[in-house]
Amino acid sequence: MSWDWLADYYPRLLDGALVTLELIFLSGLIGMILAVPLALMRTSESAFVRALPYGYIYFFRGTPLLIQIFLIYYGLSQFEAVRESFLWPVLKQPYWCAIIAFSLNTAAYSAELIRGAIQAIPKGELEAAQALGMSKPMMIRRITLPRAFGIVLPAYGNELILMLKGSALASTITMMDITGAAQAIIARTYTPNEVFIVAGLMYLAISVCFIGIFRLIEKRLNRYQTYKVEIPKDIDPLLRDEHIDGEFKKT
Amino acid sequence: MDLQGYGHLLVDGTWVTIQLALVSLVVGLIIGLLGAAAKLSDFKPARWLATAYTTLIRGIPELLLVLGIYYGGTELLMSIASLFGYDEYIEINAFAAGVAALAIAFGAYATEVFRAAMVELPKGQWESAYALGMSRPKTFIRIILPQVWRLALPGLGNLFQVLLKDTALVSVVGLEDLVRQANMATGSTQEPFTFFMVAALIYLGLTFLSTLATGWMERASNPSSKGVRV
Repeated sequence: MSWDWLADYYPRLLDGALVTLELIFLSGLIGMILAVPLALMRTSESAFVRALPYGYIYFFRGTPLLIQIFLIYYGLSQFEAVRESFLWPVLKQPYWCAIIAFSLNTAAYSAELIRGAIQAIPKGELEAAQALGMSKPMMIRRITLPRAFGIVLPAYGNELILMLKGSALASTITMMDITGAAQAIIARTYTPNEVFIVAGLMYLAISVCFIGIFRLIEKRLNRYQTYKVEIPKDIDPLLRDEHIDGEFKKT
Repeated sequence: MDLQGYGHLLVDGTWVTIQLALVSLVVGLIIGLLGAAAKLSDFKPARWLATAYTTLIRGIPELLLVLGIYYGGTELLMSIASLFGYDEYIEINAFAAGVAALAIAFGAYATEVFRAAMVELPKGQWESAYALGMSRPKTFIRIILPQVWRLALPGLGNLFQVLLKDTALVSVVGLEDLVRQANMATGSTQEPFTFFMVAALIYLGLTFLSTLATGWMERASNPSSKGVRV
């Protein structure tokens, strides 16, 4: 094993890491924006409204991400109308094609996760909101979505790591992400084992960071689960209500 | 849809994809069982090794694994061969590299699925088999494995779908699977959307078939669905 290449080429790998993070961040954001309405449509009572997101999700979850990237990057150029439209300057760049493909892909997976979370919200909470006279949009904004986000978070963390691993596919359409940079370095140095080990460790480091960040957000969003009532010790025992007393004894 | 006579390429590619998925599945299942056994063993280094394996592999992109095994494996084989005085260029077969990479990735996830299933199985199953005088391997094959299989099937079904889609990655190192054949047809027809869409629909069909198959296997492995009293 030889490691002298590392001193010369590590900036390219770091640039690659930036590209990878950028891809994940942007497509994660766009994917989330797409996923929420898809998930809400999936939980609709009308079968027609449910059918459209179902078809979309089925297609994107049932086909390889590589094919989806190729369909957008190579496939769209087949159509004269696309090549002459004002969108072409965007659609001919690998960067935006990768982002579009990742966004559409992660939107399908996240929509399923959010749908599961919405259906896991205890019915009583939604009924309570209705009983208070909330309109449907208000209920979705104030009760359904905040609750669903808290429930979906651990699963979404996993989805983000799958997305990180999927982002390596951007290198197949000439993007210089970590994998792309690694391949470019190998073409110069002919040390595939060493370069791939370093690239793999970089992916590992990123996913460990993701896991850590998600633990923190999870704690914050679901803080009601770990919240402890602090009761002053000198409080008049007669004022203590039984419920709080019970909590107090436990801690 | 007009495939301009390139349909047979796609059929060939589909067959390669199916073979790759099935061979990787078998190898991956064996790795998964071994990994789960290691994770549950009393021997500490085995547990560490298995934990390191699952953590590492689950954090690394499958594409990197495919590339690493294909290019890295070539270099490794050549350096081993040169120790024995063989200095010609050796190239790893893309199919073998693909099977190795996909099986290693599948095995890491399957380890977790098998481990969870084995933990879920009551200890009394082992103990009662021992009480009947069965040896350890016999208990494992006759009593534990059929029940673990039933508990693990839903998880394994999902993993197989992921594996099926990941086979597309092996086209990157030149295996003539469905994606690569579609790519080649694209080169001469200039109709990338048509061919990639057909390839996508074929993958969709394959994943659909695999859901049907796992559904059938889940019913077949569950005695209560066959009206057997247990």
